[in-house]
Amino acid sequence: MHASAPLPSTDEDAQKLKIVIVGHVDHGKSTLIGRLLFDTHSLPDGKIEQIQKACAAEGMDFEYAFLLDALLEEQEQNITIDTTQIQFRTAARNYVIVDAPGHKEFLKNMITGAASADAAVVLLDAREGLQEQTRRHGYLLSLLGVKQVLVAVNKMDLVDFSQETFTNLERDYRAFLEPYDIRPLAFIPMSAKHGHNIVVPSEKMTWFSGDTLLAALDHLRQPPAPIEKPLRFVVQDIYRFDARRLIVGRIESGQFSVGDEIEFYPGEKKSKIKSIEVWPTTEKQPTQAQAGQSVAITLEEQIFVERGHIGAHPEHGPVEGTTFSARVFWLADQPLTVGQSYTLKLATQQVEARLERVDRLMDSATLAPLVETRPQIARNEVAELVFRTRRPLAFDNSDEVQVTGRFVVVTEGRIGGGGVIFGAQYDRAANVARSAHLSWTDDPVSPEARIDHFGHRGAVLWLTGLSGSGKSTLAVALQARLFRQGIAVTLLDGDNLRHGLNANLGFSVADRKENIRRAAEAAKLLAEAGLVVITSLISPFEADRQNAAEICRQAGIPFAEVYVSTPLEICEARDPKSLYKKARAGEIKDFTGIDSPYEPPTTPVLELRTDLLSKEQSLEHLLKLATKLSHRDTLPGEEAAGFSI
Amino acid sequence: MTHLERLENQSIFLLREAQHAFKNIAMPWSMGKDSNVLIWLAKKAFGGHIPFSLLHIDTTYEFPEMLEFRDWATKEYGLKLIVKINEEARARGVGYETHDPVTVTHELKTVALQQALQEYKWDALITGIRRDEDSTRAKERYFSPRNAQYEWEYKDQPPEFWGQFTTSVEPGEHVRVQPLLDWTESDIWRYIQKNNIPIPQMYFARDGKRYRSLGCWPITKPVESNAATIDEILAELSVTKTSERAGRAQDHHERNAMQKLRAKGFM
Repeated sequence: MHASAPLPSTDEDAQKLKIVIVGHVDHGKSTLIGRLLFDTHSLPDGKIEQIQKACAAEGMDFEYAFLLDALLEEQEQNITIDTTQIQFRTAARNYVIVDAPGHKEFLKNMITGAASADAAVVLLDAREGLQEQTRRHGYLLSLLGVKQVLVAVNKMDLVDFSQETFTNLERDYRAFLEPYDIRPLAFIPMSAKHGHNIVVPSEKMTWFSGDTLLAALDHLRQPPAPIEKPLRFVVQDIYRFDARRLIVGRIESGQFSVGDEIEFYPGEKKSKIKSIEVWPTTEKQPTQAQAGQSVAITLEEQIFVERGHIGAHPEHGPVEGTTFSARVFWLADQPLTVGQSYTLKLATQQVEARLERVDRLMDSATLAPLVETRPQIARNEVAELVFRTRRPLAFDNSDEVQVTGRFVVVTEGRIGGGGVIFGAQYDRAANVARSAHLSWTDDPVSPEARIDHFGHRGAVLWLTGLSGSGKSTLAVALQARLFRQGIAVTLLDGDNLRHGLNANLGFSVADRKENIRRAAEAAKLLAEAGLVVITSLISPFEADRQNAAEICRQAGIPFAEVYVSTPLEICEARDPKSLYKKARAGEIKDFTGIDSPYEPPTTPVLELRTDLLSKEQSLEHLLKLATKLSHRDTLPGEEAAGFSI
Repeated sequence: MTHLERLENQSIFLLREAQHAFKNIAMPWSMGKDSNVLIWLAKKAFGGHIPFSLLHIDTTYEFPEMLEFRDWATKEYGLKLIVKINEEARARGVGYETHDPVTVTHELKTVALQQALQEYKWDALITGIRRDEDSTRAKERYFSPRNAQYEWEYKDQPPEFWGQFTTSVEPGEHVRVQPLLDWTESDIWRYIQKNNIPIPQMYFARDGKRYRSLGCWPITKPVESNAATIDEILAELSVTKTSERAGRAQDHHERNAMQKLRAKGFM
């Protein structure tokens, strides 16, 4: 089935639409591209015949995919190893197809290809359904900012053109993409090999009334340059090749005119634009410029401007700060590791930064968030994490301004991964959409500055339970786990406190009350300094624990009571310090559970039945709680909101 | 913004990134249409100046008209020009009269370039290659590192996205910066037309023939054509199904000739 020859596009100045074809390996990308080239008459003379002849000589069936097998490796392995760009055109417009590899090994090549695309076609094998790369590529398209997505369900001929198979696949993939804010514009059932629904509607799938692939492509839009967004003029360099001092760079969003006042971030120096310079000098000097243009300007005042600065209109500048959250994909062999330093490149800024912590890590096959994170992001994984830069950086949230809201991480001189920034707070104090800077400059050791410094807020996890219930074991393990995630954490253990701070206290009711009060005050001070504090004290009385909670809450410290709930028999059987034995023998007086009461918490945020849960399971719950409690957006008094195990 | 404007702005961005990233840059210049467009774009990027040297690898099989054009343009643009010949290979008698085109091209172009790299220690070369020229160039990066043996490790290229490039090199390595990668043959012609960029006259038809791509005279064949103006060339390109480099013998000498040449450092 061949289409009639399309008319050549007449408007040669029209932009080309760049589409990337992604999906799992062997789902038919090369065949689809070969088919598109053939059906749109975009192949050089004799190419098909040449390949048909070669196939016949080697006793192979002709494959459209062979049209693309340009490099030796591809011919040997039959997979696309690198991004290739191929041009074709329809009656509607010119296209550049970016053929991105579907093999996991070549994810960096897929990203290189997809990052520049205006639209994407995700290819799915009707028999195999959603595979690892189908999911991963879908998620990455969202990170890369590719908004227009078509899904082509290929090899329909191998499932008897079943409408049910197609409908189920569409439902499943839409459900997967939904959380990532990707809503495909169309799902198209097709067969690249046999030409169904590529250019002409398939007579085998009359149940499908949507566009063919080519028609759907022709209905895509050229994404407009972000002219309506706030101005971001990214400075590349300062030239003094002649008497002029040229500030050169690219306008990534917005527009400016000669005479506009421009503020340069970070640093916020202002001047007016004097001229926009062009060569040849016989050309008329422009008076304005807009997103997408590489320009050279002169300023009225000789303020300090250098590569890396971002020019913006005053009151509409980017965020300036040293910490931010980002969704990151990692491509390098060496894992991205908490506590290590990396070079970040954001627009033309280059800055040293430390990976502070990992907030969420996605399962590499399903991309579902893992309950437990770890301090390392391996190759081909995606995660949400926090970076802290050595000096202030100017940036945006990527959904606000794309180009200044994303960055790459450089390791060993090569790009190791990329990230998009989310959740940064623009200063709205001046009651404008965006303003000068964050409050971190006002007081270098304000509570906000501490949160920026650590990447999280201070908090108290109060572990209560009988002696031998497992409090200290869990507290020690939790501390180690949080520490590895880059969280500033410390542990207040009841026994240790009694050796120092509380050395003068005994086990009477009054002394126990004072013991808890001092521990609570110490926890508060440490949490105010920015640390996550885990306490491990029996703290048997409800009133004392409530008092401890109140001390922290009054200081604005998130506090969570955790009941390490283990039956007395088990504690006594464990008896790690032989204390129960001594208490039973009467050698110790006022021992909780034996001759002194334990009042179980009435409303703990978390109750851990250590007789039913494994240590690892208990730890997972504690980690989840600690992460929530110390999150920068957690408000005191709302620690428990939405937390359940 | 039109398609051509988008290409022009992107090429200027790439040239400025290269100028910042590297200390010692050269721009190979074949006097062909693409490298003349590159000179024009550099002039635009750097406010009418070209802050690095141009390099002509003289194979000694140059068309006389091209050499004439070289000398004229050097004066016209005020270029710093370096001319490099692989004298050692010529002394050994390497030439099209006695050797196959892949060997001669390798010796007189690639090895000559390596000799110049050793002599001048450039850390970046700005080249005028385009993705649509052949299938190996289709897989190139804008900033494409070459190891100390001048080889292109095309099986393991660094990722490149979001306007961020490979800019660090070890001593002896260099980066090929390729600002015209996204341009097509007809983009080049329309840009030459729009800006009235000077090019050698051999591209236009004389006596029913014209050169579509220019190289060494013994292995460069003209195509049948009556296209004597850019409009006529564009009309010809819109219907042709032969490739631009069909008249360049070294590309077709054996299967995968171009890949083998380029892996070793050919542009």
